[in-house]
Amino acid sequence: MLSTRPRLRATLMRIVQALPVVVGVVVISFLLTRALPGDPAVYFAGAAADAESIEQVRVAMGLDKPLLEQFIVYVGDLLRGDLGQSLSTGRPVAVDLATRLPASLELTLTALLLAVVIAVPLGVLAATRPGSWVDHLCRVVVTAGVSLPTFFTGILLIYILYYLMGWAPSPIGRLDFIYLSPEHVTGFYLIDAALVRDWETWRGAASQLALPAMTMALFTLAPIARMTRAAMLSALSADFIRTAKAAGLSNRKVLYGYAFRNALLPVVTTLGMVFSFALGANVLVEKVFAWPGIGSYAVEALVVSDYAAVQGFVLTMALLFVALNLVIDLLYTAIDPRTGFLSS
Amino acid sequence: MSDMPISAAPQGRFDHILYVLRSNPVTMIAFGMLGFILACAILGPSLVPYDPLATNAANALQPPSAQHWFGTDQVGRDVFSRVIVATRLDLTISVLAVTMSFVVGSILGAAAGYWGGWLDIVLNRILDTIMAFPLFVLAMGIVAALGNTIENIIYATAIINMPFYARLVRAEVNIRRDAGFARAAKLSGNSDLRVLALHIFPNALPPMMVQVSLNLGWAILNAAGLSFIGLGVRPPTPEWGIMVAEGANFIVSGEWWLAVFPGLWLMMAVFTFNLLGDGLRDIVDPRKRT
Repeated sequence: MLSTRPRLRATLMRIVQALPVVVGVVVISFLLTRALPGDPAVYFAGAAADAESIEQVRVAMGLDKPLLEQFIVYVGDLLRGDLGQSLSTGRPVAVDLATRLPASLELTLTALLLAVVIAVPLGVLAATRPGSWVDHLCRVVVTAGVSLPTFFTGILLIYILYYLMGWAPSPIGRLDFIYLSPEHVTGFYLIDAALVRDWETWRGAASQLALPAMTMALFTLAPIARMTRAAMLSALSADFIRTAKAAGLSNRKVLYGYAFRNALLPVVTTLGMVFSFALGANVLVEKVFAWPGIGSYAVEALVVSDYAAVQGFVLTMALLFVALNLVIDLLYTAIDPRTGFLSS
Repeated sequence: MSDMPISAAPQGRFDHILYVLRSNPVTMIAFGMLGFILACAILGPSLVPYDPLATNAANALQPPSAQHWFGTDQVGRDVFSRVIVATRLDLTISVLAVTMSFVVGSILGAAAGYWGGWLDIVLNRILDTIMAFPLFVLAMGIVAALGNTIENIIYATAIINMPFYARLVRAEVNIRRDAGFARAAKLSGNSDLRVLALHIFPNALPPMMVQVSLNLGWAILNAAGLSFIGLGVRPPTPEWGIMVAEGANFIVSGEWWLAVFPGLWLMMAVFTFNLLGDGLRDIVDPRKRT
């Protein structure tokens, strides 16, 4: 069956290719948990521990076993969804992360959507009208955008839009406490509130989301706009565009039917890179806006040296990133009919 | 090809650089800004009007004035002096980190590109795995595991930047390992190591320089970001990220100068290196201009 369906085959191949990366990610995060400064057993036993209780902790944690056996135990725990116990919240890390993940995803995805919606038309316009004000605007945005520290943009936006203008609500998380959080369905407040048709809460959540999403969008805009412009320029100078023009096709058809469709491929590839930046920037933005996502969770855990929580967070982020890259690659196969057949 | 400017005569290369610079005054400005930043880093601590650590509770939270250009912070320290003095630390962290990733990345990438085989496969696997992490998050994890010190910030930044260099060098070395000049050098009795280091590797340097410049800006952002979330540099050490973090608590009550000035300075530094990287790219490879 696979040989008759090259696209399906290519898709499966791509999923199989992701496996070694997942293994690598697990190995690195295992090494990070073992690389604690000093002796992990001393650390987990606490400040008041004597030699005997440290030894007990060592045996309880399996730290006296050989490294390979420890790794197998670690992988076994992971497969059961056990990321260890958080010292600061006293709950399993996996539970903490699961409750906070929707907040981070809602923020990151909204920001990326916003960035794509602005950056792609901007890049296309800049490429089709070289030397115009759109082109110059694009260049300024691209150069300034990559130089902006996200945490600084966030603070600047708070100062201007909240303190000076009073347009934005105070930066205190996902929802002002005058609203009740909507019933948990997806964990995305915008979707949950819309599901129960509670538009007042929806507006409250949206206004809280606006500033952090803008901050992150400003940061991710730059690479997307740059790539769109470059890809569009190279697509427009291709032979098939000249042919299409010579054949008398309308400008619209040439631009969107042929040039844009081809320019889309490198743009989608860049999205993977942008996601890496976005997930990192997420941590900083969440700290600035007191956003209760997994990024601010990790920052709080870092401050009190809560290793299990930090490593759980790093692993979650990496797996999320691998999954997103996989989705992007599959999307690539869907957009470009050639890729599926080439690899068969 | 991309190594055309190098193969030109020295006179021609210089003319080429001048020609590109003249057509792109922005790069000139970037070089000027780089000079200013370097001057701040080298001379700054001996030129600033106030001790960056001296507190003065009577003079706390003053807005910018003739005495205190950037105002004073919550314990009365002069923000201007702190911003300038911080240049040295931020620059040192990023330069050390980028140097480390440059050296390690070059060695690994050159070896993998020249000899190939299992070395190449293993290196590629490791690089893929590093790149599979969101890089800032990986840096957080490394610092958390190794311990919260400035040295570990440097190591973490070096590790997450290393793959870019290794890949670049690997590609540049790989396409030249069977080139005519490399074979000629080998035939005239040079050892593999010598051919690799003295004949092939120098060809990778121009694109590497572009990467270094872009990376320096990124490394500064990364280090400042880490100290913003409380890793590495400890207060009261003046450092841009930490100053923005401390100033953030005062922004909602309107004391903007605490966070805005160090933030602007940080931005300017990153902007300079990015401009410089783009300018160098124009010199090295005019076709990649976007």
